[in-house]
Amino acid sequence: MSIHPDYKGKYQYKWHNYPPLRLSGLEPLVVTPDLLFVNIGERTNVTGSKAFLRLIKEEKFDEALTVARDQVEGGAQVIDINMDEGMIDGVESMKRFLNLIAAEPDISKVPIMIDSSKWEIIEEGLKCVQGKCIVNSISLKAGEERFIWEAKQIKKYGGAVIVMAFDEVGQADNYERRVEIVQRSYDILVGPKVKFAPQDIIFDLNIFPVATGMDEHRKNAIDFFKATRWVRENLPAAHVSGGVSNVSFSFRGNNPVREAMHSAFLYHAINEGMDMGIVNPAMIEVYDDINKDLLERVEDVLLDRRDDATERLMEFAESVKGGAKEKKADDAWRSDTVEKRLEHALVKGIADFVEIDVEEARHNYKRPLHIIEGPLMDGMNVVGDLFGSGKMFLPQVVKSARVMKKAVAYLLPFLEADKSEAAKKQGKILMATVKGDVHDIGKNIVGVVLACNNYEIIDIGVMVSCDKILAEAKKHDVDIIGLSGLITPSLDEMVYVAKEMQREGFSIPLLIGGATTSKLHTAVKIEQNYTNGQAVHVLDASRAVTVANSLLGDGKQKYVEDIQQEYIRMRENHAKKKAQKDTISLEDAQANKFPIEWKAEDIHKPKFVGIKVIEDVTLEEIVPYIDWTPFFQTWELHGKFPRILEDEVVGAQAKELFSDAQKMLQQLVREKWLKNKAVIGIWPANAVGDDIELYTDESRTTVLDKFHMIRQQSKKAGGEHNMSLADFVAPKETGLKDYMGGFAVTTGLGIEEHIERFEKDHDDFNSILIKALADRLAEAFTELMHEKVRKQIWGYAATEQLCNDDLIKEEYKGIRPAPGYPACPDHTEKHTLFKLLDAEKNAGIALTDSLAMYPASSVSGWYFAHHQSKYFGIGRIERDQVESYAKRKKQSIAYIEKWLSPNLNY
Amino acid sequence: MNKPDVREVLKERILVLDGAMGSLIQTYQLTEEDFRGEKFKDHPHSLKGNNDLVGISRPDVLKEIHCQYLEAGADILETNTFSGTWIAQADYKLEHAVYDINFQSAKIAKEACDEFTLKNPNKPRYVAGSIGPTNRTASMSPDVNDPGYRAVTFDQLVNAYSEQVKALIEGGVDILLVETIFDTLNAKAAMFAISEVQEALGTNLPVMISGTITDASGRTLSGQTAEAFLASVSHMDLLSVGFNCALGASMMRPYLEVLSANTPFGISAHPNAGLPNEMGEYDESPSDMQKQIKEFLDKGLMNIIGGCCGTTPAHIKAIAEIAAQYKPRKVIQLNAEVV
Repeated sequence: MSIHPDYKGKYQYKWHNYPPLRLSGLEPLVVTPDLLFVNIGERTNVTGSKAFLRLIKEEKFDEALTVARDQVEGGAQVIDINMDEGMIDGVESMKRFLNLIAAEPDISKVPIMIDSSKWEIIEEGLKCVQGKCIVNSISLKAGEERFIWEAKQIKKYGGAVIVMAFDEVGQADNYERRVEIVQRSYDILVGPKVKFAPQDIIFDLNIFPVATGMDEHRKNAIDFFKATRWVRENLPAAHVSGGVSNVSFSFRGNNPVREAMHSAFLYHAINEGMDMGIVNPAMIEVYDDINKDLLERVEDVLLDRRDDATERLMEFAESVKGGAKEKKADDAWRSDTVEKRLEHALVKGIADFVEIDVEEARHNYKRPLHIIEGPLMDGMNVVGDLFGSGKMFLPQVVKSARVMKKAVAYLLPFLEADKSEAAKKQGKILMATVKGDVHDIGKNIVGVVLACNNYEIIDIGVMVSCDKILAEAKKHDVDIIGLSGLITPSLDEMVYVAKEMQREGFSIPLLIGGATTSKLHTAVKIEQNYTNGQAVHVLDASRAVTVANSLLGDGKQKYVEDIQQEYIRMRENHAKKKAQKDTISLEDAQANKFPIEWKAEDIHKPKFVGIKVIEDVTLEEIVPYIDWTPFFQTWELHGKFPRILEDEVVGAQAKELFSDAQKMLQQLVREKWLKNKAVIGIWPANAVGDDIELYTDESRTTVLDKFHMIRQQSKKAGGEHNMSLADFVAPKETGLKDYMGGFAVTTGLGIEEHIERFEKDHDDFNSILIKALADRLAEAFTELMHEKVRKQIWGYAATEQLCNDDLIKEEYKGIRPAPGYPACPDHTEKHTLFKLLDAEKNAGIALTDSLAMYPASSVSGWYFAHHQSKYFGIGRIERDQVESYAKRKKQSIAYIEKWLSPNLNY
Repeated sequence: MNKPDVREVLKERILVLDGAMGSLIQTYQLTEEDFRGEKFKDHPHSLKGNNDLVGISRPDVLKEIHCQYLEAGADILETNTFSGTWIAQADYKLEHAVYDINFQSAKIAKEACDEFTLKNPNKPRYVAGSIGPTNRTASMSPDVNDPGYRAVTFDQLVNAYSEQVKALIEGGVDILLVETIFDTLNAKAAMFAISEVQEALGTNLPVMISGTITDASGRTLSGQTAEAFLASVSHMDLLSVGFNCALGASMMRPYLEVLSANTPFGISAHPNAGLPNEMGEYDESPSDMQKQIKEFLDKGLMNIIGGCCGTTPAHIKAIAEIAAQYKPRKVIQLNAEVV
């Protein structure tokens, strides 16, 4: 056992005359010295867990509860809950999740740690838990006054508190600063101004990384240990906690070393008196099981025992890694056998030498087909295995496919000359984006992944009618049909295709995929319409191969039975839930509208009224407005930009993809591959009931047209309202002259020739890349235009100063919701919007039958300027609203029900 | 009126709380007109059965009941304000009458106490402002199909309790008693309101907290064990913490022991007169109850003891007699266990 120079032996608790910290959920947790260490679960934290963030973002609260439950079952004595993320409503998510936890006794039995850097989220959390919880955290960062106020509030709500070693000057990063801040914080808290119970105070003494290579970080661990000891010896009854995984930050990707560091750190910290901590139980090694050489080096670093401690650990770390990374000269692989070279090229996605290598192989193999079935397929199998086991990521696979396609294309003339049989394939899959929908990035990715796994893909493109899909399927005698779609009306089209397949006597499997599709929709709306065959929802590209293999392989029967059972269960649950969704009448919902106190001074008369075409914005100007996070999502790399570039798992791949994207983006901008256009309109407007009337001019005597809005009908808790976009425009009866705007923008003009060029070159990677970039540019252009409208054209926020991060977090005043999306899910409002803007002529954007926009990289929507306007989702609506809405729109109820089918609560 | 601080008296002897209010009001067989009185003559909603109104419409009845309990030996009277929040009064559409209900009820209890204290200054009497749970829960959904739904928010509860607490204090109560807590989050909202109102008024009245263990499961309706409940309400310096209602005295004892072993605050109990019989009546006699309470006292568990549903002045008299023979529970020094 290693002991540092200041080690005083194991800490002995000395504050027995103070009461213990008493926490509670449904059951008590009394923190007595014999507990040794309280283990706080960290996985219900959106900043620390991408999986959990995704569940919250997608409102999959049932699954989110499972994460919480697993932690409690896994031994967490407290669960930390954090909802600090710009893309979600932190206050609302904290409330919702805590309320749901309260209904789960096997979770709510343990105390909650409410974790946020935002006071309003902390306060909301405190209002939701009946037990004695812990607030994580407060500090002197914003000064003494604020600190005192927050502590007093927490005391009134009845929480224990974590205090960060942070003050007005900054975060404590050495022993002396820790002691200084902690002493001051403690004195204030237990002093007459706050009278906080000393046993309810927990100090987070900042665990920082060690072995970073920087001299000033050498004492990060030992200073923490010493400060821990100091707190426990000198501040009566106070506790010490911290987030342990930080300490091993330098060894991201090397779990054996990280695990050893965590255990050794905890071992010493607990000896010094640390008695709580946020720990990932999966990332700890048993202290005694740590390899002795490794332990010595780890402890040398933690305890700062040698000048060369870091170097020695780094050196050792390389060997512990298990030889994963042998660094070779870049082109060393070129001297390998031709088979190895092909495999290397496929796995690494290097297309430069593939033709030379295939040519060489042609002389070694009797027939060209043998090259495909031999080394090329072997290489692709390696790729498939690596992808399947999570060791390769989607962008890499797409690059591998590019190499494969190139190789096959080179061999094609020889294959024809050889007149041999075609290579034996796993099966034939027809893929199409359904009628009315133009989105195909996801479909193309799935196609590539399947092709990599030796499926023959017949891709018949976008906006394909049902007739054509079925005719092509027959013609090619395919084994599976795969349908894709991104916008909500595509869901209905898929239902239609399923019905037609049934009618025409098909029995092959039907795969459903795309952003708006879901397992639930497939189970409830599609599967039952196609009983001759099996419909299966495919969540993303990585699942496509498993699904196809299962459907065409020996285990098909069992697989299909499992799917059917799962879907039956989902239908039953859905039927139950549906009947249970609490709604109120439209009349009551209207009476509970969002109450804006309308005042003339809150309405800004636009500097411009009418239609304006914008053609002078360059791509260079648009690029800075790009939000990169969704770009990575397109490639199934999840995480927030720019943090994703440093991510442990996908960071390296994200960096590479980002650099590819930057390269293309620069060329695209320089050579003006894409043309962008926008048209905006601002009109005099007033709300009349749930509709918004637009007027031809300021006299407001002639109605130009109307936008029809939908209103939330779910039963609301006290103080919440049934929102409609119509609430954000001054009602006619106020006599106030209000306005609203509309827009249509595109950055997709001219994209076809480039896609064609890439496809001709068998380059799926770049073909997908340019589409993904064009989508990002369209969103960025929308953001830029919104800013222009706020600051200049309408001018209601002329003095606004926001950076791109603020824009991404939607911190601007006013909103720009789109018809067909949550705040107004009816796509058909686009007819009115496009007519008013003459968007086809002015921006070159056409609407398909399903009201998708073409080019696909286009965005349209409305502008609302009132400072209280905000985004929301409509959710479920009832028949009374559908009737009212149909009447207002002068459409049949059936027509409205068709377009709003995902929102109907009956 | 000059009288010693109840916190000091509590160190000297066991204090006796009064008994049930509702069943005594029923014996007067008040009519709809009695409940309305002059003030609510034209109220559009029926008011019969709204017991909290008696202090406004029939102050004579309320004072008589209070005096019966004082006569029986109660040291602390509870105000007749169990449902005195706009949330609970919404059932009668009397949200606007809440301040009056609390202020008047406190005033009448105070008058009665002052008369008795004057007669015998060696036995000073105190008024505890009764703060009920309201009829909604902040940490449970009334809708089994929508567990995330809440019929009342923390903020609404704080708002309602603040109004009640302010009126009680201004009506002259000596103690604030948050009682019959079946959802601890409601109680925490009441405690939050008490802190804020006392801060604003510059007062420092002692606070009693009394939860309700619903049944033999040993938990509150919102699912907490006795010890978890204790941890949830101990952030305020309390005069006492305890349990009332739902259970008779003997069933309540194990949970009082848990509190006693884990808190530096006083311990209170006001159990029901047993469990209701088939007719919904409580039939434990004063001497039955006295016997059971003697067990509490033998174990040295109590600081404040009284009665809830089904108890009468005769029960309180029996309890006061036995309590007078015992020393109050000593506040224990709570050491963390030694390793």
